[in-house]
Amino acid sequence: MSPQERLTTALARIPYANFLGVRAELKGDELTLILPYSEHLVGNPLLPALHGGVVGALMELTAITQLAIASKSDKFAKTIDIGVDFLRSGKPVDTYARARVVKIGRRIANVQAEAWQNERSQPIAAMHGHFLVAE
Amino acid sequence: MTDDAPPKGHYGEGHDALERVREMTRWTPHGRALGIEVTKLDGARVWGRVPYKPELIGDPETGVVAGGVITTFLDQLSGMAAVLAMREPTTVATIDIRIDYMRGAEPGRDVLAEAHCYKIGRNVAFVRAVAFEDSAENPIAHAASAFMLNTQTKFGTNLRGKKT
Repeated sequence: MSPQERLTTALARIPYANFLGVRAELKGDELTLILPYSEHLVGNPLLPALHGGVVGALMELTAITQLAIASKSDKFAKTIDIGVDFLRSGKPVDTYARARVVKIGRRIANVQAEAWQNERSQPIAAMHGHFLVAE
Repeated sequence: MTDDAPPKGHYGEGHDALERVREMTRWTPHGRALGIEVTKLDGARVWGRVPYKPELIGDPETGVVAGGVITTFLDQLSGMAAVLAMREPTTVATIDIRIDYMRGAEPGRDVLAEAHCYKIGRNVAFVRAVAFEDSAENPIAHAASAFMLNTQTKFGTNLRGKKT
């Protein structure tokens, strides 16, 4: 199985990832999660804007998946804490997210993630978090 | 209640207020998709529930609900607390939210939460929230968040195209 196929299978096994409609793309060891726009992801139908929680969830999923790739593990790490900064409203279009593993320690990993839409240089949200990689 | 406690909002007290806030919750498509429900109000405090559903599982081996569901639920309920604390309720936008996950939610059980807007200013509201199954003494997650209040019409301007 190619890394891309392994990743797709791992994500497809997460019911919540399917509920959101998340897809994964792997280039080398860099992962991009894609969240196609869907009406059920909207938080504010007047603007309309994506629900902030959805964007946070997308970045968290990206972080734990990128972490699994970086640590060559099939298991997803447990989230200890995350901080999400919202920078712009999420428009009703597709959203992308990438994560950077800052450090993997023996037990804890530090990961940063960013989400954007039409322009990579105009992120809609940023996340940093700590994850438990082993118990 | 202390002097600096947030003022009570226009949502008033009692059953009608709860019904109005429930309507507000159902107005959010993603809130509806998750099944988020508001159960109780008291001043700038709000209680809610997100039902256990198989499609919200984050770990198929244990059946534990995804962290993202807890994030969304706490964000939604915290925003609600901010709105309830406002003298003239308008919409709010999350500036940032920090969440500590103490443990996984128990599989098969609804997650409850309580959010409290403990400080509101002219532009920003500060909220704490906690998620649990039975009691806040045994938390699943804690959240601290800040919300921008839509007191100016500029809110959401980045959604419109640049002026030429």
